[in-house]
Amino acid sequence: MSPPVLSVRDLSVIAKTDQGPQTLVDRVSFELNRGEILGLVGESGSGKSMTCRAIIGLLPSSRISISGGSVILRGKSDLTHLEESDMRKVRGGDIGMIFQNPSSHLDPVMSIGGQITESIRYHHQVNRAEARNRAIEILHQVGISDPAQRIDDYPHEFSGGMRQRAMIAVALACNPEILIADEPTTALDVTVQAQILRLLMDLREKRELSIILITHDLGVVAQVCDTVAVMYGGRICERGPKREIILDAHHPYTTGLIDCQPSGGSHRGLVKTIAGQPPSQGSMPTGCAFHPRCAHATKECAQTEPAAVDYQPNHMLACHHPIGEINEGGRA
Amino acid sequence: MHRYRFILYRPIQLLPVLIGISIIIFVLVRSIPGDPVRALLGARGTPESILRIRAQFGLDEPLWTQYFYFIENLFKGEMGRSILYKIDVLELIGTRIEPTLVLVGGSVLLALLIAVPLAAIAAKYRGRPVDHIIRLMSTAGLGFPAFWLAIMLILLFSIQLDLFPVAGYGKTFGEKLHHMILPWLTVALALSAVLTRNLRASILAELHSDQATAARARGLPESVVFWRHVMPNSLVPTVNLLAINIGWLISGTVVIESVFAIPGMGQLLIRGIFTRDYMVVQGVAMTFACATVFVNFMADVLTVTIDPRVKL
Ligand SMILES: Nc1ncnc2c1ncn2[C@@H]1O[C@H](COP(=O)(O)OP(=O)(O)O)[C@@H](O)[C@H]1O
Ligand code: SF4
Ligand SMILES: [Mg+2]
Repeated sequence: MSPPVLSVRDLSVIAKTDQGPQTLVDRVSFELNRGEILGLVGESGSGKSMTCRAIIGLLPSSRISISGGSVILRGKSDLTHLEESDMRKVRGGDIGMIFQNPSSHLDPVMSIGGQITESIRYHHQVNRAEARNRAIEILHQVGISDPAQRIDDYPHEFSGGMRQRAMIAVALACNPEILIADEPTTALDVTVQAQILRLLMDLREKRELSIILITHDLGVVAQVCDTVAVMYGGRICERGPKREIILDAHHPYTTGLIDCQPSGGSHRGLVKTIAGQPPSQGSMPTGCAFHPRCAHATKECAQTEPAAVDYQPNHMLACHHPIGEINEGGRA
Repeated sequence: MHRYRFILYRPIQLLPVLIGISIIIFVLVRSIPGDPVRALLGARGTPESILRIRAQFGLDEPLWTQYFYFIENLFKGEMGRSILYKIDVLELIGTRIEPTLVLVGGSVLLALLIAVPLAAIAAKYRGRPVDHIIRLMSTAGLGFPAFWLAIMLILLFSIQLDLFPVAGYGKTFGEKLHHMILPWLTVALALSAVLTRNLRASILAELHSDQATAARARGLPESVVFWRHVMPNSLVPTVNLLAINIGWLISGTVVIESVFAIPGMGQLLIRGIFTRDYMVVQGVAMTFACATVFVNFMADVLTVTIDPRVKL
């Protein structure tokens, strides 16, 4: 089997603060295969965006840095040790990124076409006309009708859904193999959200694109993901194939999230939430970060952090008292 | 291209504004105490000669008739005759406009040449010593009155170091350049202080904006992110600030031209006021007003060019 397109190993991110260093991302590991869609779920503040920013080496401030781990691209280079100039080739060239709010993440004073051709011309030395043709082609691929006409439009001339398509086009301009999508549908209404998700699946199909899809919506995960990693307090607490996560989750936080889905059946019309607040920066609980909110917590949970265990080759779990029957056949 | 359509109808909108300004100017000029003919003739004036000259310049007509002539002339592209110089005011302005244009144009250019790099450096090295120095300088630059700064520059560069002439304008290109350096510097130091502060703040905001993050995530080098995405977005608010300041500067040339004895429009205005030369004062003031309106119009054109979202 060919190596995973992206392999993240024990990636940690710390922030220097006045109260000392604080861990924002804690030994996160996952693999992303060619054509796979990995869902990264968790409440706001759990470190999903920070993990992805660390992968592409664009942490939001100089006080935040990678403190350990590796990010291996195609089984070869470790992105955490790449020179900035090589890293720039990776950004856009190997890994594209799209964001929650296309209105603020597109340059309002440059045309859509300008933003696409700019990347193409920077990554591949091609002339203006060639870049423009490629830009029209990519706009067509993301479902913009009449792309030759719309290419010179500015972001504000596009509707919300079209703007998200345009941002995808900008991110895919240089044919990256990996797309990181940070809550790409959170700001959109339901019908447009479904269209964008369909587009992402379509792109995965046609280009064998591998996608890391950040979301806090398990409904989105159920629709499009192959694999799911659940994050809590900077750690991945459970990771596995979508079917197993949705139907047979073992981590109390994962099952809590699933129970909170509005379409959960028994709680019709009433959205349940997990009691308590997610941990905030600087007040990370000892032991298992989830223990203050966990119904299954014991003394052990408050004292020792549960180890992340691959109890099956592709199902990881970090919990002292997992829910349900665990088949430990594949335990390493 | 329809975002440029305002270029067609803006002049029509501005017409009433300019007419309003013309009334204000006319009234203000007539309310300068004293009489132009007496000022011109002094002790030599006999009652007959005074009457004759008053009639010659239409000063014996009722005020509203005089205003009507003023407006009629303006529409014909004339501004009447100077009582003192006895030539067409427009012609007179023609001989004085170059130094003023050179003064304003040169100072604005110099101010931009100072402000844009300083703002960029201060923003990039935010919180470092160089940022503090630039911010201190721009705060200081705002605090000094222009005439005081002018006198200090003259004392230092002209009198102490003997590098530049104390005053005047010169005839050849080289002479003019030599004479204008201190006036340019005087205006540019104050103007660049305002611009630097403003631009630094916008650049800082844009450097941390989502669109800049997205541009970096596409693998663009920092220089491209800065000049193609951060700078254009930062310039939008600065263009308007610059236009307002050029408006102030146009009337501010009166002070600078006096201190440096530059034979421009400002000097002409002062002399016109002292000699009660109504036509000259009216003409120069009207020219200043039109120039200010024009600068703001150009700022709008520039804003629309940079920022396609702006609707005018
Ligand atoms: N610029 C920043 N400086 C310091 N801490 C930050 C910054 N941005 C986010 N954080 C912290 O990092 C943690 C993870 O944030 P993030 O990755 O954005 O969460 P998510 O994307 O899962 O909502 C949060 O505790 C948040 O407070
Ligand atoms: S380790 Fe303990 S506190 Fe944490 S999720 Fe498992 S049972 Fe709950
Ligand atoms: Mg986030």
